[in-house]
Amino acid sequence: MELSGLTIEKLHELLVKKEVSAVDVARSFLDHIKEADKKIHAFLTISEELALSQARAVDEKINNNQEIDILAGIPVAIKDNLLVKDIRCTAGSKILKDYIAPYDASAVKKLRSRGAVILGKTNLDEFAMGASTENSAYGPTFNPSDLSRVPGGSSGGSAAAVAGQMAVYALGSDTGGSIRQPASFCGVVGLKPTYGAVSRYGLIAMASSLDHVGPLTKTVADCRIVFNAIKGKDERDSTSVDPQGLPTTNYKLQTLKIGIPKEYFIEGMDKGVREAVEKAIKQYEIAGAKIAEVSLPSTKYAVPCYYIIVPSEVSANLARYDGIKYGLSAGDSLLDVYLQSRDQGLGEEVKRRIMLGTYALSSGYYDAYYLRAQKVRTLIRQDFEKAFHKVDVLMTPVAPTTAFKVGEKIANPLEMYLADIFTCSLNLSGYPALSLPCGKANNLPVGLQIIGKPFNEEHILAIGEAFKELQ
Amino acid sequence: MISKEEVQHIAKLARLGLNDEEIERTQKELSAILDYIEQLKEINTEGVEPTSHSVVIENVLREDIGKPERQEKKLLEMSPQKKDNYFKVKPIF
Repeated sequence: MELSGLTIEKLHELLVKKEVSAVDVARSFLDHIKEADKKIHAFLTISEELALSQARAVDEKINNNQEIDILAGIPVAIKDNLLVKDIRCTAGSKILKDYIAPYDASAVKKLRSRGAVILGKTNLDEFAMGASTENSAYGPTFNPSDLSRVPGGSSGGSAAAVAGQMAVYALGSDTGGSIRQPASFCGVVGLKPTYGAVSRYGLIAMASSLDHVGPLTKTVADCRIVFNAIKGKDERDSTSVDPQGLPTTNYKLQTLKIGIPKEYFIEGMDKGVREAVEKAIKQYEIAGAKIAEVSLPSTKYAVPCYYIIVPSEVSANLARYDGIKYGLSAGDSLLDVYLQSRDQGLGEEVKRRIMLGTYALSSGYYDAYYLRAQKVRTLIRQDFEKAFHKVDVLMTPVAPTTAFKVGEKIANPLEMYLADIFTCSLNLSGYPALSLPCGKANNLPVGLQIIGKPFNEEHILAIGEAFKELQ
Repeated sequence: MISKEEVQHIAKLARLGLNDEEIERTQKELSAILDYIEQLKEINTEGVEPTSHSVVIENVLREDIGKPERQEKKLLEMSPQKKDNYFKVKPIF
């Protein structure tokens, strides 16, 4: 039986009916990875032993006629900046080449407790800094739709693993679009939850006020299952929350008000992307939804604001890679250990952001850069608050282009930063957003971004799920 | 354009041992990025409160009671240099 294309729900059904065993499922995926990943390079580490032992435990339960969780025995891939206990975790960096995770990230722990089968760790831009997965110290990942193109980033390995049917689903992280943009480029579903909805404990920190953990899946239904499994307050992450008393949500397409932010349909965006997104929105309109143009006037300032706040937080968070407690270490005197370990262990983009952040936070520049950016961040959040007084959800493209060629943008950091133009506002504002495959342009996948109110993930998932009925 | 000396100063603050070629490249790249970021100055932020997090951040308190979960051995094992139960660093003086 061909297992690799199946969803969580379908595989669960087969396991419960004993038509396949969890070990068969795990083996079939591990075999497929060995073959398919030679070309795609989605994985940095394969955790075969762990996967098989987790699968055996699930089979034992099934054979004892015990009930199993919906995620039990289902193979998952984990982005290599989320810790999986006793498995190597590199964050795509040379500085953590031999780092063995001493504990589980909270999201991973939750999946593990439900019987998930962890296949391995997926490739990413170093410390999740990038939009193409080309910044990995271990070489790029290639897009399963077209091997000459990037899978997006930074969760490119996770998106490519799901799109290439090497995992049923994956976990990723999203600081400026790093789940949604690769989901869009690879044609899978990706969710950036509301800030605080999923614990960040055990996620290697990049920019803590903007980092989010979320799922990449084949279907919206699967996305809901995984999100519900990983969400919730965690005593180990003080920014995590348990939302209470959510506003009632309008699930009926007939009375749904969809806002289209005019600033997200700009000159210079790919014509095919625009057409695919507009066509998808049209289908919601035909189904009865009301479409209204809205304005998010501060949109233009989102990328410059983001590229002050991110490097500033990066420069602080990455100070811990000092060659003392763990990771690569070189040099003879104390100062040399700092200088050389960091010089040898960190890649170009990481150094660039540390430098930019150190500059922005340094004496005399703090008010002009960091403080100003934090104020602009307030204005960006207020734009969304105002827009959501008028509409129930917002719909936009995920990215201005389809997957670009490997090597096309790597030499120009600024151009790469602009890949985040439609996604990074949601990290600054904390609002949840779904990336949903909505068609193709130039024969490559295009993603529709559905933005909801804080802690209303269920709403955007329901609206996303309705899409397949509209076509 | 930011000066070479500024780049060297920032690299020192950030404890990054950049070579001459990297210093020169960083000077160009940072200048281009900073020029782009300049547009933030167009926006009127008078009277606007800064946002550090998109959710309200509150102190989380708990009783000061230790937990049995101890991992120091595991954590020390990953240290490049250790002595007994301590991380070892190069002499400071």
